Amino acid sequence: MSFAPVVGVLGLQGDVREHVAALSAAGADAVRVRRASELDDVDAIVIPGGESTTIGKLLVAFDLLEPLQKRVRAGMPAYGSCAGMILLADRVLDGTADQVAVGGLDITVRRNAFGRQVDSFEGDIDFAGLRSPLHAVFIRAPWVEDAGESVQVLAKVGDGQAAGRIVAVRQGPLMATSFHPELTGDLRVHQLFVQIVKEQQL
Amino acid sequence: MSSDSNGTGIGTAKVKRGMAEMLKGGVIMDVVTPEQAKIAEDAGAVAVMALERVPADIRAEGGVSRMSDPDMIDGIIEAVSIPVMAKCRIGHFAEAQVLQALGVDYIDESEVLTPADYTHHVDKWQFTVPFVCGATNLGEALRRLSEGAAMIRSKGEAGTGDVSNAVTHMRAIRGEINRLRTLSPDELFVAAKELQAPYDLVREVAETGALPVVLFTAGGIATPADAAMMMQLGADGVFVGSGIFKSGDPAKRARAIVEATTMHDDPGVVAKVSRGLGEAMVGITVDSLPVDHRLSSRGW
Repeated sequence: MSFAPVVGVLGLQGDVREHVAALSAAGADAVRVRRASELDDVDAIVIPGGESTTIGKLLVAFDLLEPLQKRVRAGMPAYGSCAGMILLADRVLDGTADQVAVGGLDITVRRNAFGRQVDSFEGDIDFAGLRSPLHAVFIRAPWVEDAGESVQVLAKVGDGQAAGRIVAVRQGPLMATSFHPELTGDLRVHQLFVQIVKEQQL
Repeated sequence: MSSDSNGTGIGTAKVKRGMAEMLKGGVIMDVVTPEQAKIAEDAGAVAVMALERVPADIRAEGGVSRMSDPDMIDGIIEAVSIPVMAKCRIGHFAEAQVLQALGVDYIDESEVLTPADYTHHVDKWQFTVPFVCGATNLGEALRRLSEGAAMIRSKGEAGTGDVSNAVTHMRAIRGEINRLRTLSPDELFVAAKELQAPYDLVREVAETGALPVVLFTAGGIATPADAAMMMQLGADGVFVGSGIFKSGDPAKRARAIVEATTMHDDPGVVAKVSRGLGEAMVGITVDSLPVDHRLSSRGW
């Protein structure tokens, strides 16, 4: 049986276009979501990279925060990269006083954990379930400081000062990465998420 | 260098250009104090541009305009958690070195400051920190890319509150990209000559129909409708300089421009956020400026 699940990309701010392209190439029907009515039509949501404080404020401004929280709590699959990871985390360190959270993932995320832009980097990491290393791009990236028992760790930083830091997690239908698979042309993370969405629909 | 190539380590083209991808759909605001930076962050800015005087004041006060005081930049970096950009003079690689040492997230090699070199721009490949540069047309944008810029902004005419030049420059860049798409491969050689830009970049733009980096708009944007228009004309995001903190209610106007940028194609939202903003910056028309006072002609 072959069908394309409708996956929304939260299109308020950030690298929306790249996620739409990656999801489409990974077999999803990808659409941009900026309004609550558009959220009703999707089977899953991706929260892109961007500025988490900005996306949070726009979620509130356009009355999307509560509907999104409700859907995620009700089991809708969600994937967040970078800013998206911060927004899906239950707990955020080094956020702003008014930092908005969608929540759902039982993790504590540290914002800008790797440092400023001059510390942004790319390199290969091992990712659970993938046969060969994944090329990962980290941009003013967060890391997962602490993960609850029901959270599966998918990837950690291999070497360097941040060696051992958790940078990809999954908890049931929720997934998050500190890095940006949408920037590399490697579709495996998006394919994994589309697979999660399809399994949820069976 | 192709935007698709993967590298390893810090300061690669991918992490420089990728940083700009994360700013898309957002508003970058000029600020001169930590307090203003906080107002910008609270309003939903994706980044702030730290500078000593906003362009409207540079224009009014005259004199030589330089990189900001490191103490002032430190203060702004301390005040906010969003990215902090800062400006260096065109060609002033030592100012750029200082800004990189201070840990700013992006350097704007900007025509708003007084140029330090009337022939050369900074060799931006030598830096770990990414650069954004202004352009009035496609050839200028591609020359900046060949020097290592990781983000382009259409110049407009800074410090005027007059959006007309931002429109002219955005339409010029987009129009020239569209024209390249219609040319046959053998015509691209002459196009590169005419654009005074490297052939490989010209061919890449002709094939993809877009710049290989993010294209923001700048220079004269003062209202939510200005931002909405520029986004509809194809900008990936918006720089607002004097338009916010030279207006009657900066916090409210900043927030309104952020929301109008996101919902740029929804006139209902743009109308709603445009209400009750108080005085816009007074402004000055570009036409009334003597040609040699126009900042957009700086850069070569």
